[in-house]
Order: sequence, then structure tokens, then C-alpha cells
Amino acid sequence: MKVFDEVGQGTINAFAYAGGIAELLADAMRYIAALRIRVRETLDQSYLLGVQSVSIVILTSLFTGMVFSLESAVQAVEYGVGNLVGGAVAFTTARELGPMLSAVVVAGRTGAAIAAELGSMVVTEQIEALQSLGLSPTRMLVVPRLLALVIMLPLLTILADVVSIIGGMLVAGAYAHISQESFIASARSALPFGDVLKGLFKSAVFGVIIAMIGSYQGLQTRGGAAGVGKATTGAVVTSIILIFMFNFALSYILYGGH
Amino acid sequence: MALWAQLDDVCVRYGPKIVMQNLTLDVVEGAITCIIGLSGAGKSTILRLLNGLKKPDTGRVFVRGNDITDMRERDLIDLRRTIGFAFQFSALFDSLTIGENVALPLREHTKMPDAEIRKLVSETLESVGLAHVEDRYPSELSGGMVKRAGFARAVVTNPQAVLYDEPTTGLDPIITHVLTDTIVKLRRRLNGTAVVVSHDLESIFQMADYIAMLFEGAIVAYGTVDEIKRSPNPIVQQFLQGSEVGPIPI
Ligand SMILES: Nc1ncnc2c1ncn2[C@@H]1O[C@H](COP(=O)(O)OP(=O)(O)OP(=O)(O)O)[C@@H](O)[C@H]1O
Ligand SMILES: [Mg+2]
Repeated sequence: MKVFDEVGQGTINAFAYAGGIAELLADAMRYIAALRIRVRETLDQSYLLGVQSVSIVILTSLFTGMVFSLESAVQAVEYGVGNLVGGAVAFTTARELGPMLSAVVVAGRTGAAIAAELGSMVVTEQIEALQSLGLSPTRMLVVPRLLALVIMLPLLTILADVVSIIGGMLVAGAYAHISQESFIASARSALPFGDVLKGLFKSAVFGVIIAMIGSYQGLQTRGGAAGVGKATTGAVVTSIILIFMFNFALSYILYGGH
Repeated sequence: MALWAQLDDVCVRYGPKIVMQNLTLDVVEGAITCIIGLSGAGKSTILRLLNGLKKPDTGRVFVRGNDITDMRERDLIDLRRTIGFAFQFSALFDSLTIGENVALPLREHTKMPDAEIRKLVSETLESVGLAHVEDRYPSELSGGMVKRAGFARAVVTNPQAVLYDEPTTGLDPIITHVLTDTIVKLRRRLNGTAVVVSHDLESIFQMADYIAMLFEGAIVAYGTVDEIKRSPNPIVQQFLQGSEVGPIPI
């Protein structure tokens, strides 16, 4: 049966893929644990991968906070609970929207960039050149990108949280005449600080996902420029799907349905 | 005669395509072994087998008596520090300048002070006829210049063995002569081993201690320059004469 063959092959491929990622991550952790880290390259990557995502994170989170507030504020005021809007916006943003939005945006921008860069290094034999010089591509290329994303994505998430809440506050003021004081007071009382930290923890995990999928897909590139294109799209699609799946699992574990 | 490396009964396939079949080759230590053969015969693949960049499907690869066939990547990485590799298409890091490319193995593997690294890098570049290009990027140089920079990167650490993949292809006759000379000098200075893949018969005859001819997945002839020149094998003779008539299908 062709269908079963394909499903079977798909399952085998999925396991091989997961195995490959795990192996690459283990290799990277070994260098990190041994503190064999290229600090300069890590800082460069943090700048490239993180700082350059700032404007796009600001824009997407601003408008998301605004639309969320728009949808909820008018109705909340109608039902006489306008004083809860700030809480609703802050709560959802810090726990879910901020980490997810920044991760998806960075996956599209940075995950793609990592896969494309490493992929073209494969097809131009630069990866083999590293290996032939006795240098590990994991240490030279993957570890700096991994660390850069694990550091920068939570920072970008803080930014996304703040901008999104400000956007929500402006819209709540303009459309539902909810004062900034009551918005902030509501946000403060509804959002435990622990939840902010848990949101940031999730985004660190998303950083690992984006860096590892981008690196792995890039390093697995075969077959010229077309292969690089495939690796790049593959990296973005796979990491976004994984971010959604991990987000659900982590929310379930961290917040336990509360 | 001590051996630097040995390919023992090696088979290599890419998908359905069989590239090497039961190939056996001895690489003599302290000598220059040249590998000749048609385009696509698998010459680059032989070099990749010798430093573990490619694993054979069956058969064994030995380097200095150690079986590297199943060696883990992290051990291979250490082994490769002792083997220079000049790639066919240079494979320079395009995010680094020429100077940084050549300096990279020194920066990563030695504690040499920066000033000394700079000096050694510019000396090595000069020895391949490249002066004052340290600050340029690979994309700003001609194909032949990039090729020579790749050559410099492969030899800058004075490795015990160097694998050269078509070091002179596409270069002008003067630079070809300079590089051929450099390969010989380098081998002498370190009493090291060199494996050179080339189509350039003139420079092969100049530098080779041994020549191996690769044809249809196996070594069909092996010997000194004179032995190869006088080889009765019609495949070898057709190749050396560049003739269209003979056993080699076109
Ligand atoms: N990554 C690969 N995937 C599929 N086939 C490959 C791959 N690398 C090499 N081959 C095939 O293996 C054969 C040997 O390749 P190799 O590069 O070793 O040849 P070569 O003798 O160096 O050729 P040239 O003189 O043109 O450089 C070729 O027919 C090539 O098509
Ligand atoms: Mg080749």
C-alpha cells in the first residue's frame, strides 16, 4: 500500500530529523559546558540576529496590543468592567502573545537567515573547509547563534510585552476612555510577576528551537542554490510549527491551566 | 617505505552511482603522490576519504596506521589539524577577509601573538604570489587569486601532510610554476607528505614521486614518473597523450 509506505517513510524521516537535531544540540551543549565559546562571534550574532529584529518586533506587537484592546475594551466598558481591560491585555500579552509574536517574527527573519547562511556555506564547501582546518562547525557557527538567540529572544519578548501593553493602553484610552492609571493598576493586579518570567522562559526555549532548526536545516543542505532555498523555507515552516506546539505544552506545564 | 595513509578495498557510492569499487591505494610518507584521472573519476573524493570528510560505504581508511573509518567527528576534527586541505574551488570563508581566512587556523590552534600571525600570514601569501591582499574579501579577487589564497590557508600551519585538489588548474604558467615549486619545497622542509590531484601533466612530472591513475572506480596504474610514462597500459597512454582513440570511452 503506497499510503502506508509513505506514512512509514514519513515517520522514519521524522525520527531521523529529531535524532539529528538532538545530536547537534548535544554537541553544542558539550562546547557550552566546556566554556569553549567564541565570545566575539556570539556578540556579533546577538547584534545581527537580535538587534536587527527590534523594529519588526515593535511594529507587530504594537498593532497586536492595539487590536486586542480594541476588541475587548469597548465591550468591557459596555458590560461595566472597563477596569479589567488593562489586566486582560497584560495577562495575555506577558503569558502568550509576547513570547509567541516575537518568536514567530524572529523565526521568519532570523531562522531563515541562519539556514540560508549555513546552507550556502555547505554548497560552497565552506563547512568542509572548517572541518578540514580542524574546526568544528558546531563550535564555530552553531553555538554562537544558539547563545545569541537564547539571550536575545527573551529581551525582544520584554520589548514586545511592553510595546504591546502600551499599544493596548493607548487604544483603551482613545476608544473606551479608560484612563492610563486604571489601565496600569488593573494590569498590575492581574499579572503576577512569576508569569512574566515564565513567559520569558518560554521565549528562551523558542530561541533554542529557532537556532537549532535553522542551523540543522542549513547544515543538511544538499544541491546548490535550490537546496539553500528549500532549507530556508523548511527551517521557517518547521520552527513555527514547533513553536506553536511547544507553546501549548509549556503553557500547560508552567501555568497548569490557571 | 613507511605509509602515511592507506585506502583498503574502498567502495563509495552516491545514490545508485558507484564512484569507487574495491579501490586500494597506498600513500607513501614523505613523498608527493599525484592522482590523475578523468573529470568525475573520483579524485576529489579520494582526498575527502583521506581526511575523513567522506566515509566509504565499505572498506577501510588508515592514516598513520590509525583506522579512521569509524572515527567520531570530534576525533576526526583533531586529526585534521595535522592535514592541510587545499580545495578545488578554494572554499574561502566569504565573511572573512583574505588575511583572516589564512590566519584562522593559527588563531584557533596556536597561542601565537597577533603580530607574529600577521607576519606569517603575509609571508605565506607572498610565497604564493599574493601581496597586499590581506584586507580584501574573497569576492573582490579573481578566481586565480582566490585559489592561491586557499592554498596559503592550507599550508600556513605547516601541516605534516597536505592534500591539494587541482592546485594549478586555471592559473597562468608562471604562477603554476611557483605553486609547483612551493609544493615541493614545503614537502621537503617538513619532510611531510603531499597528495596532489591534478590534470596538469607537466607540473605532475616535475613534482611527483609517485603517480596513481584512477579510472572507473579503481587505481589502474601506480608507479614513479618514469614507470607511468613507460606504462604499457593503453588507458594510461591514452590519458597521457590526450588522444581520442583508445580504451577510454568519450
Ligand atoms: N555530493 C555528491 N552527490 C552526488 N554525487 C556526487 C557527489 N560528489 C561527487 N559526486 C559524484 O562522484 C563522482 C566523483 O566526483 P569527484 O568530485 O570526486 O570527481 P573528480 O575526479 O574530482 O572530478 P573533477 O576532475 O571534475 O574535479 C562524480 O561523478 C560526481 O558526480
Ligand atoms: Mg575534483
